[in-house]
Formats: sequence, structure tokens, C-alpha cells
Amino acid sequence: MNDYILELKNITKVFPGIKALDDVSFQLKPGEIHALMGENGAGKSTFIKVITGVYTPEQGEIYLDGERVKFHGPKDAQTAGIAAIYQHVTCYPDLTVAENIFIGHELRYPSRRLNWKEMYRQSDELLKTLSVDFNSKTLMGSLSVAQQQIVEIAKALSMKARIIIMDEPTAALTKRESEELYRVTQQLRDKEKASIIFISHRFEDMYKLASRVTVLRDSHYIGCWDLDAISQDDLIVAMVGREVSSLYPKKEVPITDEILKVENLSRTGYFKDISFSLRKGEILGLTGLVGAGRTEVCESLFGVHPADSGKIIFDGKERSIESPGTAMDLGIGYLPEDRQLQGLILDWGIDKNITLPRLDKFASGVWINEKNETEVAQKLFEQVMIKAQSVHAKASSLSGGNQQKIVVAKLLATDLKVIILDEPTKGVDVGAKSAIHEIMSDLAGHGYAILMISSEMSEVLGMCDRILVMKEGYLSAELSREEATQEKILEAAMVKTIKAGN
Amino acid sequence: MINSGIKKHSFLKWEWMLILMLILINIMNASLSPYYLNYFNISSAVMAFLDKAFMVFPMAFIMMMGDIDISVASTVALSSVIMGIAVQAGLPMPLAIVLCLGTATLCGWINGMIITRFKELSAAIVTISTMILYRGIAYIILEDQAASGFPEWFSFLGWESIGPIPFIVIVFTVFAVLFWLILHKTIWGRRILAIGQNNTASIYSGINVDKIRLMAFTSAGFMAGISSLFLTSKMASTRPNIAVGYELEVIAIVVLGGVSTSGGRGKIHNVIMAVFVIGLLKYGLGLINIHSQLLSIIIGILLILSTLLPNLGEDYLKKKKLRSNT
Amino acid sequence: MENKLKNSFADYFDQFRELGLLVFIVTLSIIVQIRNPSFLTGENINDLLKNTAILSILAVGMMLVLVTRGIDLSIASNMAFSGMLASLLVRDFPQIPTILILLIGLGTGTFFGFINGLLISKGRLLPIIATLGMMYVLRGSTFLISKGKWVSAYQFTDSFKAMATGSVFGINNLILIAAAVYLIAYYFINHTGTGRRIYATGSNPESAKISGINTDRMIILSYSIMGLLSGLTGVLWMARFASAQSDSAMGYEMNVIAACVLGGVSMGGGSGKVGGIFLGALLFGILNNTLPLINISPFWQNALQGAVILLAVIANVLAKRQVTKKNLNRRIK
Repeated sequence: MNDYILELKNITKVFPGIKALDDVSFQLKPGEIHALMGENGAGKSTFIKVITGVYTPEQGEIYLDGERVKFHGPKDAQTAGIAAIYQHVTCYPDLTVAENIFIGHELRYPSRRLNWKEMYRQSDELLKTLSVDFNSKTLMGSLSVAQQQIVEIAKALSMKARIIIMDEPTAALTKRESEELYRVTQQLRDKEKASIIFISHRFEDMYKLASRVTVLRDSHYIGCWDLDAISQDDLIVAMVGREVSSLYPKKEVPITDEILKVENLSRTGYFKDISFSLRKGEILGLTGLVGAGRTEVCESLFGVHPADSGKIIFDGKERSIESPGTAMDLGIGYLPEDRQLQGLILDWGIDKNITLPRLDKFASGVWINEKNETEVAQKLFEQVMIKAQSVHAKASSLSGGNQQKIVVAKLLATDLKVIILDEPTKGVDVGAKSAIHEIMSDLAGHGYAILMISSEMSEVLGMCDRILVMKEGYLSAELSREEATQEKILEAAMVKTIKAGN
Repeated sequence: MINSGIKKHSFLKWEWMLILMLILINIMNASLSPYYLNYFNISSAVMAFLDKAFMVFPMAFIMMMGDIDISVASTVALSSVIMGIAVQAGLPMPLAIVLCLGTATLCGWINGMIITRFKELSAAIVTISTMILYRGIAYIILEDQAASGFPEWFSFLGWESIGPIPFIVIVFTVFAVLFWLILHKTIWGRRILAIGQNNTASIYSGINVDKIRLMAFTSAGFMAGISSLFLTSKMASTRPNIAVGYELEVIAIVVLGGVSTSGGRGKIHNVIMAVFVIGLLKYGLGLINIHSQLLSIIIGILLILSTLLPNLGEDYLKKKKLRSNT
Repeated sequence: MENKLKNSFADYFDQFRELGLLVFIVTLSIIVQIRNPSFLTGENINDLLKNTAILSILAVGMMLVLVTRGIDLSIASNMAFSGMLASLLVRDFPQIPTILILLIGLGTGTFFGFINGLLISKGRLLPIIATLGMMYVLRGSTFLISKGKWVSAYQFTDSFKAMATGSVFGINNLILIAAAVYLIAYYFINHTGTGRRIYATGSNPESAKISGINTDRMIILSYSIMGLLSGLTGVLWMARFASAQSDSAMGYEMNVIAACVLGGVSMGGGSGKVGGIFLGALLFGILNNTLPLINISPFWQNALQGAVILLAVIANVLAKRQVTKKNLNRRIK
């Protein structure tokens, strides 16, 4: 008998231009829940895809039950009993639950005809063991994300998977749904004797479920610990690679007049009765779990999806913000969460990206004035300290952190009073992170009002003057810098509504 | 880094390829007919194919934004038929012309409105429907009849010259310059390209994407109206079945002109070159009495190759890069 | 409880389209029947189905292509080319057995469908561009092989024409062939793994790849089936009209696409039902068949078709928005 059901030795995977995994090793014991941690971009997703056979590593070996194996495609890994539940649910919305469970390993009559009856029966049975209340003929697209994830688990079970990989399964779940998932996961381990690799950014997920943790950083293997033997702080150091406190260069600046006031803002299905105010020079944090409605609130303030009801009072006057154009005219800017999809035109140079939001300002009438444009872009390029060959370099050629700086420069090119930042440091390296924080501090010092969405507890605590917490579409707490603690925020985000501070 | 290298490379090549094609076609034509390089012949050749070329400009804009408009030829037919019955009903010609352009613009505007109000629908399905609808209305109006009786001077548009230059060439040049300037020199052009590159990022950058798409489809309607004027003038009469299949030829020219079919890239001067590649090819094959059907084979192959070759080249470079990395 | 509610609503919407279409067809039929009692006679129904057969066969292939998020504009020229090739063989070598001729037509159609699939999957061409190019090539080639001449009624053998004009038990062959195609398609789509994988590919190409489905092969297969059916209908078209011309079936691809869209096939891929496209094609057939019966000029046909398609897709969007809104209303109390 082998100590490890799955072992990876010295895996290296290269993509054009980058090493996504560099000499990474990993061991999974039978019947354990093993956490895999690392910052965004550390190489976790690539690593998973190597285990599931989607990618073939250039170097390194994979052992299953002590036998060396080579996966030539996802099929091979499936046959070997490895199943993955990905971060973004990879389902087929147009097909039924049963089909989603059995796709790729359909049940058939001896005539090779599909045996729907049996598939529906077995699916319903699986769903029953997982104690859910929808049936196997439901269209996948009509389920919630949590329900879809449970279907994925059912799928893994139907394949008799011995090794199940869960890639950030709780990211989009509410507290109750997460607990449902914990229950199912533990059940998998105890009843089905499955070994589970659990990827998550939430420490509580890990401490609750896992027995060991492996940490990756910048495509490298950092270490593997028993969870009993390592503190959260040490884990953070392992993930980030240095002490955390230096990351938050918060400066004390005078907080002056109120610039933005929101009263009872609601958008059906996303958030309800949101009220808060924001003052010049202030950095206001907006936190809570992913899916709590934080981004949606900000998108309404920026006019991407206008709110259904409620008041927005800007600079003393009530305004209706119908489009991003109106918001920008007023002086509200928004740094979207997904910089590649929402923030940048990757194929364009830095200069053209920077000037895009306020093209008319740099033009002579409708005519583009490239000289003027380049000058402005150059100035901002230097101000935010983008590391690139020149201001004409393509956005796609830069690292995540430098790309984020372009999006910040886009904001600075506009005449703003209020800046909304949605996860401004998600997936950027440590250096760029502290640079972006420094820019934030400077901006507050210049009298900008900043509203920052962040899921990262330490960032919220380190940078914000005041903290709003959202839970399932409602504002559940408002905490001042002094009273805010990690525990209070978590409690408001996950458990109960705290009466607003002050 | 690699990406940019590939794109620049193939893009540069594309301009040269079009120039090369033009040179080859001219050499071919000149060797086929000793009279080809005579001014009168060339200008009549150019006149022969320019009528549908007006539509390539807005189509280029639309395809740069990742959309498509399949209804343009039906718009030509409907606006021409409206003009025809207006004249038959005794309306003065200038008013009929205004009606023609107005109808065409309205057709384009309706496309744009549906597409921007119902974003769930692709432009392809909307314009396939209106393609059937617009030509259907033309059939309701004229059934299998023809409308004629245009005044003598109306044939000027399609047939006459100002000085040595055909009128249609002058109008085409004006529009070519106009659309070139819009795309390459104004903020609107920059925004069109931005939308094609990344629609979402454009919205977040405060660009009024709906307005620009609506404008592009409306201008496609208007330019179909211009085509309709010249085509009707040339034929001196109109029927509901004119310009059948023109939309596909227009799309083919735009693609051959190197407009990226997934949006976001393209140059008006390349599209203009593509107009001449197709037009002169047609003319040359006509010189040696080869039926236009052979031409359609050539257009088809050009269309496929003009997108296949860059893709294959990109694959090749990617593989090479990967190999050199490991 | 809440989940059950959600399910039933989604299921309801899923059925809604076909049901709506059916209700529309029945209502239309009743109105026409009242105005002209000769509509629902055996002979007219036979006629109607005969005229719809080719359209409905093609709709099966187009549905598969649309399901993979593609489109095929080359089918009408593929029909013309395969049909013309078969017709020329009949004209020049009348001794070749008809079945062999048919097979040659099928093979030719399949070949060009296969090329389409190859260009789109391996060559990464946009479907609309690849098939547009193919359309040009095939239309021109049809002209080339026929040298611009027609093959006329007297040049066809009787057994060739009988493919489309003959009947079994009083039911026209075309109707029988269409019925066979639908049965096979129904079985293929709902009861074979390959059929379902085509749907999976269209529903979510990325995860299809991750879960080990060879998406390229599914795309090539769909276009090949489309080609096969184009070859089949091409030969039948020539047999039915007893005339092969290089512009046969010109523009027919749009009718087929329209019938699919009417039948509820989403242009976004992943969904489409055999029953739906049958109704879509049938509605098309009825619109064409009944206009003369109720004294509406046949020149209204196109405009009506266009308007019906446009309204159908818009109604669909509005219904879907309604469902989304209902779901959202439930999300946050």
C-alpha cells in the first residue's frame, strides 16, 4: 500500500512567454481534504489542469497509487478517477441536470442507445444522497450557482471519482450555501472515501475542512503544512512572501465635505435599501462576500446598470445616472473588477487606452490630436509609474500589476471627484499592490473621495477610514476605522446584521 | 508580446498582398486586351462596379464592431421601388430621390433600433429577418412589375461624367475620403474600433455604444440608398428583384479588405483596394468573355484564404515560439 | 418549495415556444379553413407536406449547425452543385442506376460540408465567412460543370424523377424521406452520445473541451451532416422540378435559417428541438400554401415571412426577460 494516492513530482509547465509552474511537487493522502492556497496567479489553476490532464507538463512526473501515469487528455484523468469542480461552474446550461451529470460517460442499453430512464433514476438518487430538492430533469441553466456546484459534485460521484478537486467552490456562495457545501464535502470524505483537493481563499473554509495545506507562490512550491501546526499569519507570509503591514501605506489626510450621498438605493434582485455617504479625502471600504451585491451597487452608481429606485445625491444635488457617460461627466469614475475584460483594450497601446474615456477632451473638435494625446498619456504613464518600454507599448505585453496601473491612469485622465475601485489589487503582484495603495493614499490626500470594494480583509482594514459590509443584498454594518476588526467584519458579512456604528 | 508581433506581421503583409493583387490583375487585364490601358476603358470599367461599392464603407464599420448587416441589398431594392412608384405617381424627381434616401435610412435605423433595444439578438438574425421583410415589402408594392419613367437627366448619375471623370467616381471618392477620415482621424472612428476590440471595456470607458451602433446601421441604410440611386439610374427602371445577393458581395469585399471578422481592426484604404481588386477582376474576366460565375469561384476562394492564411500563419508562429521557449 | 416553483416555471418556458407555435399554426389553419374549405383536404395536406419536405429536411442539418454556434450559408449552392452533378450524370449516362446517382449526390454534398467543418474548426474561420466563401465557390462551380446549360425534364430518366414524384400507399416519397430523416434525427439527437455531445459543444464549448469532448470533431460532424442533407435535397430538388439549373435553390438558405429560428433554435447555440423545427418549417409551408387559398396575393409571402420571424424572435426575447425578472424578484426578499 502506498502512502499517497496521488503524487506529483517536480512539475514544470511553460506557456509562451511564462513559466506557469516551476518545479512544483504535491502529495495527497487517501481520505484527506487537502487545501491548496496561493494568491491569484500563483499557478493553482494551471496545477489543477495538469492533474486533470487538460495540460501536459513539460517536465515532472505524476504518480497514482505509486504507479507512474501519463495523462494525454482530460479523458485519461477521468478514467483514473480524478474529477474537478472548477471555479467557474463548467456546466451546460441548455441541458438537463441528468445530462450534465452523465455527459462523457453516458449509460447505455446494450444496443448503445442512451438509457435515459436509468440516468434519470441514478441522478435522482445522487441528488437525494446530497439532500437537494430539485430533480434531474431540471434545466441546468435555471439553477443557482450553489445548486450547479452540487450537480458537479454529483457528477464526480457518478464517475466513481476517488480524487475530487474543488477549485474555489465557495467563492460565489452565501454562508448557508457554503455550509451545505461543507457538509457535502465532509460526506464525500467520510462516506465515499474520496480524497479531496480544496482550493480556497477563505481561511475559515480551510480550517474547517482541511487537514493539510500546500502553498504555491509565483509558480513555485513554497511548502506543505499540517493545519494544526501553522497559524494564519504564517500562512499569509507564505502566500504573500513578506510581512503584510508594509503593504498599506495609509496616510492621515483631512476628511472634508460630503460629496456623495446615497439613499435607499435598490435594484431588483441585486441589492436593496442601500444608504451611505462619502466625503472628500475619505477612503470608504465596501466589503462582504462575493455575490453580496457590492459590485452591483457600484455599477449602479456608475450608470452601467442604473438602480430601480432610491436617490443619488452628488455634490448637494439629486442626480439620475443613466449611463457611464453621465457618471463621468459628473465626476464619478469606476475601476472595474476584471481589468482585462472591462478595463482594457489589450491590443492597443498604453496611450490609446489611457485617453479612451475622455477622447473628446484631447481632441480638437471631433478630430483626434495624437500629439496632445501622447503628451497627456506620457504624463500619467510617469505618474503611476508603469513599467513598460514606452507609452506606446501594447497593454497585452504588460504584467497584471502594470495593466492595473493603466486602468488607474485611465481614471486619472478624467476629471473626477469620486473614484470607485472594485478589487483594485486582485491578482496583482506585491510590488504593484503597494504602489496602487500608495496612489490611493495620494488621491485621498488631493481631496478625491474613494469608494473601494475589496474582499481582502487586511486591505480593507489597512486602507479604509470607514467600512461598509454587505450581506445578501443588504448593508449589514457600517464600522469606523477604530472599531473595525476582522471578526466584526466577518460576522457582518456572514452571520448577522450589526446596527450601524456611530 | 508575441501576440503583437504576429498581428503586426500579418497585417503589414495584408496591405502588400492587396497591392500585389491589384498589380497582377492590371497586368493580366492589360495583356488580355490591348485597349485596356486606355482611359475610356478603364473609367468605364470602374463605373461598372462602383454602384455597390458605396455600401462597403458602413459595412466595414459594422463588421469592425463585430456585427454584420445582411439586409443592405433588400434596402437597395425597397428604396429603389419606392422611388420608382413615386415617379410613376407623378412626384417630381428630386422629391423621389429624397424619398429613396429617406426610406433606405429608415430601413437602416430600424435595424439599428432593434439590434440595440434587443441586445439578446445577434445582428445576423435581425438583419436576415429584415432582409426578407424589406424585399417582401418591395414585392407587395410592385409585384412582378417594373417601374420606370424616370426623367432623362436622372441617367446622368449612372452614366455621365463631369469633365473627364465619371460622376459616380467623384461621389465614390467623396465618400471614401469621408469614411477614411471618420475611421482614422476622428474620435468616432477610435470609438468604433474600441467597441470592436472590447465592447464591455468600451461601455466602462463611458462610450455610448448603443448610439454608435445605431449610427453605423443607419449609415448602412443611407449608403444603400446612395447605391440604389446609382443602380436605378443605370438601369432606368426598377424591380423588386434588383440587387439580389449584393449583401454577400459587399461582405466579401470587406473581408478581403482585411477587416478583422471578429472585430476591432481594419483600414478603409485596404477596403477600397479590395473594391478595385474585385471590380477589376470582374472586368478583366469580362474582357475574355469568362462568365461572372467563374469570378464567384475566385471571390469565394479569396474570401476563405484571406481569413485562413493569417490564422494558419499565427498558428505557425505560435508553435515556433513555443518550441523556442522550451 | 422555492426550487420547485422555479423548475416548473423554467420547464413551462421551455415548452412555451413549441406550444405557442402549435397554437399559432392551429389557429391559422382554422381561419384558413373557414375562409376556404379546400384547405384541410387530404390532397391539399399531401401537397402542403410535399412542398415543405425539402425545407424541413434541411432544417434538421441547419439546427445541428446552429446548435454548435455556427451557421451555414452554403447549403443552397451545395444543393445546386450536388443536384447538378447528379443531373448531368443522369443526362449523360442514363444507364447508371438511380441509387448510385443518389449516393454520388449525397457523397458530394457531404464532402463540401466536411470542408466547411474543417475550415471552421481547424482553420478557425468564422462560420459565416467560411460558408459564404463556399457558397460562392459552389455556385460558380455549378455553372462551370453545367456550362451554363439546363438539364430539362426530357433528359432525366423516369426512375430519377420518381424519387420525388413517386409515392408509397398514396404518400409522396418526399414526405416519406422527410419522415425518415426526422425519425433518424430524433434518435440521433436524443438517444446517442454523439448527438448529445454536439449539444454540449454548443452549450458551453470551453467546458466541453475540458470534459474531454472533441469539439472540433463535433463541429465537423455537424457540417458534414448538413452537407449530406444538402446533397440529398439537391438531388430531390432536381427530381421534383425535373429541371436542373445553375441558379437552382438560389437564396434558399435564408428560408432554412428562418424556419429554424421560428422553430425556436437559438442562434447562440446549445438549444433546438426536432419538434420545434418541424413546426417552424410547417408554418413556413402553410404561409406559402395558404396565401392563394385565401385570396392574398402571393407577393405578400416574403414580407409576411420576414415579419413573422422578426416578431417571433422579439417575442422570445421578451418572454425570456420576463422569466429573468421573475427569478430576480425572488432573489432578495
